[in-house]
Amino acid sequence: MKYRLLLLIIGFLAPASVPAAGGYDIRLDHYDYGIKDRISLQNGARLFVNYCLSCHSAHFMRYNRMAEDLGIPEQVVRENMIFDDRKIADPMTTTLAKEDGEAWFGIAPPDLTLIGKLRDPDWLYTFLRSFYKDDSTVSGWNNSVFPNVAMPHVMWTKQGIQKPVYTTSVDDAGYETRKITGFELVREGTLTQEEFDHAMEDLTNFLYYMAEPSRADRIRWGVWTMFFLLIFAVLTWFLKREYWRDVH
Amino acid sequence: MKALMQWVDARFPVGNVVREHITEYYAPKNFNFWYFFGSLATLVLMLQIVTGILLAMNYKPDAELAFASVEYIMRDVWGGWFVRYMHSTGASMFFVVIYLHMFRALLYGSYRNPRELIWIIGMVIYMAMMVTAFLGYLLPWGQMSYWGAQVIVNLFETLPIIGGPLSEWIRGDYVISDITLNRFYALHYLVPFILAGLVFLHLVALHKAGSNNPDGIEIKKGPKGNRWSESAPKDGIPFHPYYTVKDLLGAVVFMAIFLAIVFFMPEMFGFFIEKPNFEPANPLKTPEHIAPVWYFTPYYAILRAIPSFAGTQVWGVLAMFISIALFFVLPWLDRSPVRSVRYKGPTTRLALGLFVVTFLVLGWLGIQAPTTNLTIMSQFFTLLYMLFFLLFPCFSSAGQPLPLFAKGLLAISVLSVLATIVYWWFLWSGGPSFTHKISYTVLSVLVLFMLGIKPLIMPEPAKPLPERLTQ
Amino acid sequence: MTDEDVEMTQENVSSKRRLLTIATAGFGLAGATGLAVPFAGSLLPSERAKAAGAPVEVDISKLEPGQQVTVEWRGKPVWIIQRTPEVLEQLPGMVDRLIDPDSNSNQQPEYAQNPTRSIREDILVLVGICTHLGCSPQYHPEIGSVTFDDDWRGGFLCVCHGSKFDLAGRVYAGVPAPTNLEVPPHRYLDDGRILIGSDQGAA
Repeated sequence: MKYRLLLLIIGFLAPASVPAAGGYDIRLDHYDYGIKDRISLQNGARLFVNYCLSCHSAHFMRYNRMAEDLGIPEQVVRENMIFDDRKIADPMTTTLAKEDGEAWFGIAPPDLTLIGKLRDPDWLYTFLRSFYKDDSTVSGWNNSVFPNVAMPHVMWTKQGIQKPVYTTSVDDAGYETRKITGFELVREGTLTQEEFDHAMEDLTNFLYYMAEPSRADRIRWGVWTMFFLLIFAVLTWFLKREYWRDVH
Repeated sequence: MKALMQWVDARFPVGNVVREHITEYYAPKNFNFWYFFGSLATLVLMLQIVTGILLAMNYKPDAELAFASVEYIMRDVWGGWFVRYMHSTGASMFFVVIYLHMFRALLYGSYRNPRELIWIIGMVIYMAMMVTAFLGYLLPWGQMSYWGAQVIVNLFETLPIIGGPLSEWIRGDYVISDITLNRFYALHYLVPFILAGLVFLHLVALHKAGSNNPDGIEIKKGPKGNRWSESAPKDGIPFHPYYTVKDLLGAVVFMAIFLAIVFFMPEMFGFFIEKPNFEPANPLKTPEHIAPVWYFTPYYAILRAIPSFAGTQVWGVLAMFISIALFFVLPWLDRSPVRSVRYKGPTTRLALGLFVVTFLVLGWLGIQAPTTNLTIMSQFFTLLYMLFFLLFPCFSSAGQPLPLFAKGLLAISVLSVLATIVYWWFLWSGGPSFTHKISYTVLSVLVLFMLGIKPLIMPEPAKPLPERLTQ
Repeated sequence: MTDEDVEMTQENVSSKRRLLTIATAGFGLAGATGLAVPFAGSLLPSERAKAAGAPVEVDISKLEPGQQVTVEWRGKPVWIIQRTPEVLEQLPGMVDRLIDPDSNSNQQPEYAQNPTRSIREDILVLVGICTHLGCSPQYHPEIGSVTFDDDWRGGFLCVCHGSKFDLAGRVYAGVPAPTNLEVPPHRYLDDGRILIGSDQGAA
């Protein structure tokens, strides 16, 4: 009884909510990622090689692995997705030199192979859609998910130009805080908002796939293994029961 | 075939060893769920060594290449991801299994006379595991690898006088670097083989004393004669085939859980592989939040709980090492006339329950970013952790008079509780709120009373032991 | 229960046990094999090794008669040599001194199993690894008396153990090497470009 009481008290003292490991308190938009959706992944791959790969690399990803996993014929990859003399089995490196990247953006654009593991897919999806015009930064762009990010909005012609909508709130101590709670489109892009969101879903899907290309294999192996071990366990259970009849 | 066996046997006692340790090793017949974890630990150790050697064939212990070589294993090596996830999951599962194995010993008094050496060798194994895990965690050379190692090695820096040179000696450099990675790799490859040797010693000692059991009574002292042998204990059964088939069942079920993690959630929500480790080590940028892997976090929480005092942080480090060292003397702290919790008083059960809760809560606290409220909580649970050991002679005394050392430990307990309370109320400027302070003060005094004082003024005699094993 | 009944039950028990034990052992073996496959498989050539072993394109438009170029394919030296008409003329005359003049052993693709062991008569493509113990032989195009042969007609000498090959990579009789030098798969992209590691007729 006393033991339970003790537990109860401990339960009350433990803080109800714990700050998330990431440390940001920005609401992320959720999307249902579909790494099994090949059409989406192919579109994501197309966007990635056309927009991201000019500055970012994907050092650990080979073109032919992507072609095989995503069902893109190697010929198509060679002709439409490789823009220089790299071979099909080469890793997807960028042509941008590290020094140039540092000179242009202040920091070399990071490798993106593992970004889908380092960040949640929800974070990536929200980040890609949260660029806004900000004249106070060097690049002229800012991002509400990643404040003062060095990267400019690469796909602004597609999305259009956004302006942040601020909401001011007053906390218990009387401090005012201004937070970005939404965006307003000030110039139309070539895509509608819905089309752009879909495109970014595809790109996020691709980044998520790229962070672990063997994910699909892993799950497939797993199902078979579980099936096997289940039968094995039943069998050993019978064996154990059979032998232990001597003891009981 | 038979002739060959005889030829070998005349020169090497294969048959004897098999009989003595397997087919005619009589183990108590009432092993329960908790007795699976010894064989499972051996299984995990073997898997770790095999997968480790395979990984070593593709891994490069070089600060420039290490991170890329892990990704090479994950992507370019056929089945490499499987081998790597087996190894990373295996590390965590090894600790899961060992913690359960240790808890079994706590439950049934398996560390008691004549099994003190089994327990001590076991604790050395546990420490060797911690060293191996710590060394291995640096190898992927991700952000968490790097900064985790940085923090742990800096612990040694807090030691007076020798601290600085010692930590530099460990690193071979002024910061964690390529040099450190190289030697950690060499040692990470070495220690598991020492570990395997220790496991052998653990088993030799175990088979000398014979296995304990959930009743904590000696089958060797009970009646003799069973259906396999006239001279064997009546309550013993041959290890083979009875416990081999039972352990096989345990192994299959365990592998199902193990492989389910490998195949469906190898990162285990950031507990087995932490997110910052998907970014290569960067000596110029610490991740926003760093925490050790889950199996170290109880000790990490203890480390952080102790404030610096007299201009040094060595106290936290000391507390952390003491919290591990206390396990070693457990066989002499337990004064109960019986071994198993089944026949000990309710206070022992309360103490064991509290200790489990303490260990888990400290583990949780070690993952959290520190705040004032969490710090006082860590301090309270660190105190609880220490009290469990310090008051063990009291709540296990079962009415017997306390020896001098136990009185001393009781006095230390009282002083520790007092010192902690004084610190909370008078020395901690900007400390937690009144509600927190008063709650933890009351709880500390309550625990001190329940585990230390009450068993002395209201003795709890042990229940009578049965003659034979109860099923 | 009579003695017979007891025996009967015991027999049932033991046959059931045997069956279960065999089934479990079978499953255990299957499981262990299942575990061993990815473990052993992780030692196969990786994607990186395969990428490095991809076909190599060589420009031979500037190759002089008698000149040898060496390129790396799958980590091995591959020689490309333009043979002069004089060399080609005397190749049939070597037959007596060779073990396998007609290239019967499987050391070349089908399209190179001919008297010159090549697709184009003048261009010789060989893997430069001695078929004895894997040293790389030296190219000796000179003709006449040399230190290692009184009547040398041009070819390759392996300095490790003294194996000799003619200018079609065919092995001399009486030397340690047992077979002719290997002709790697190759094809001509056009007159001036050759692709090592890809078979003729393959896309």
